[in-house]
Amino acid sequence: MALALAGMLVALSIISLFVGVIDLSWAALWSEPGAIDLLVVSRGPRTIAVVISGGALAVSGAIMQMLVRNRFVEPMTAGTGQGAALGILLVTLFAPGASILVKMLLASITALGAAVGFLAIVQRLPPVQPLLVALVGLIYGGILGAVVTFIAYQADLLQYVEIWMNGEFSGVLQGRYELIWLVAVVAGLAYLAADQFAIIGMGRTASINLGLNYRQTMVLGLLAISIVTALTVVTVGMIPFVGLVVPNIVARLAGDNLRRTLPLTAMSGAALVLACDIFGRIIRYPYEIPVGTVFGAIGAGLFLWLLHGAKRHVW
Amino acid sequence: MITITDLSYDRDETPVLRGVDLTLNAGGVKALIGPNGAGKSTLLSLIARLIPMQSGRIMVDDLEIGACANDVLARRLAILPQASEAAPLLTVRELVGFGRYPYHKGRPTAADREKVEDALATFELQALAERRLDSLSGGQRQRAQVAMIFAQDTDYILLDEPLNNLDIAASRGLMRTLQDLAQHHARTIVIVLHDINYAAAYANEIVAMKDGGIVAQGAPQDVVTEAMLREVYGTAAAVHRIDGRVLVGV
Repeated sequence: MALALAGMLVALSIISLFVGVIDLSWAALWSEPGAIDLLVVSRGPRTIAVVISGGALAVSGAIMQMLVRNRFVEPMTAGTGQGAALGILLVTLFAPGASILVKMLLASITALGAAVGFLAIVQRLPPVQPLLVALVGLIYGGILGAVVTFIAYQADLLQYVEIWMNGEFSGVLQGRYELIWLVAVVAGLAYLAADQFAIIGMGRTASINLGLNYRQTMVLGLLAISIVTALTVVTVGMIPFVGLVVPNIVARLAGDNLRRTLPLTAMSGAALVLACDIFGRIIRYPYEIPVGTVFGAIGAGLFLWLLHGAKRHVW
Repeated sequence: MITITDLSYDRDETPVLRGVDLTLNAGGVKALIGPNGAGKSTLLSLIARLIPMQSGRIMVDDLEIGACANDVLARRLAILPQASEAAPLLTVRELVGFGRYPYHKGRPTAADREKVEDALATFELQALAERRLDSLSGGQRQRAQVAMIFAQDTDYILLDEPLNNLDIAASRGLMRTLQDLAQHHARTIVIVLHDINYAAAYANEIVAMKDGGIVAQGAPQDVVTEAMLREVYGTAAAVHRIDGRVLVGV
């Protein structure tokens, strides 16, 4: 399964390098001088950004599902993404000249705040109602999103905010996407704690029994989720459903042992987002449909299918 | 040896435990019995550090609950999670493997893997090792959980009403397993039981509780009497003695 996924990811990456408004062929790479530039400046960075953000979003979804002990939540729909957007908006309003680093930092902080808030709400909900948690997450994310929209509307920044609320990769160029590498680093570091997250997903008693530092693992997980989400929103915008759909499919097929399954989750997320991005590039060629829209449509369908097929596996 | 001194616990300003003093020697199966609300589960949860201490002191050998680090305690005592905590999507081998987490912290060694295989063999789970927990019966799943606790290699094993939802075959199987762990693997088992007959049949020592205090402690034939049942449970059940064993008429 891992090999098949890796092969698919490589194949999609190669396709991604050669699909776009400007024609690029394998032969042109060797003859036309501008062809290499196109790869280095645009197609290459775009493909890297898609692969990293797709993989990291899927991983952060898997981690959040373990922390909350519910399979129907993910950062981009349960408020963390909206929290990040709120942070970006606040920086834009109060410190328009701030550097991208400041923007990133504040977005991470507000994303963390939103994630902690969600967790606090969820812990007061009855554990026997898994779908209630999902609904509360959607409403919570919706309220935060509405706050962002309202502030942006008041400040006449709606169009500006739209860039972050609807993720897409057409703006990814060399020099403007490098933050995404940090996302890869954070997701990689989170993998080191894979066993801890798997144990926390088994519940409080199991966690204490195995001597897990419950609070520390919780904080670690929330930090990873918030940073991945915030940096993704800052660089490419919100891409919903990746963190929801991908971990669920992987758990169905390969289980919950994150040490073994997180790499599969990352590769599946990368491949699925890349496929959606390529699809968005060719369906209305030469125009583009944002990847968030494509994945939203596909993801909503997959989510419905999961809700209907998931009854036996609900926690 | 588990030594409990002057242990009190209040929930919502209602006392659940009132100054409990109790010593449980190492070795054997110890059963906590008593009516609902007697404080058995609270006492067990406190020993297992699942709820915070309020007043008093619990020592597990030289380790003090509340003061000792969580991961150190995880190598000394284990608690079986209740079956109601639904199964994660793990294979039996993966679940049992997590029992070694307190030792390897994410980097299992060859010795850890050996312990896991040993636990699978001890509980005759080899044939089920690659099966996922959600595809097993309730009894099989619990056997896998107990195997995980076994792999955790702790001197003390705590269980809170593990016979809930088990049929008679699975209940007897689990109790025999626990007896075997005590006799042949030098584990001390502390178990909360609802059914006095199971306690009398499988425990070496019974602790009877009522209203947050200890009423009686001793061997089953000494503790399980008609007078005790009347005092602790307020019911006039007959106690039969057959071949030196105690049986409560129901």
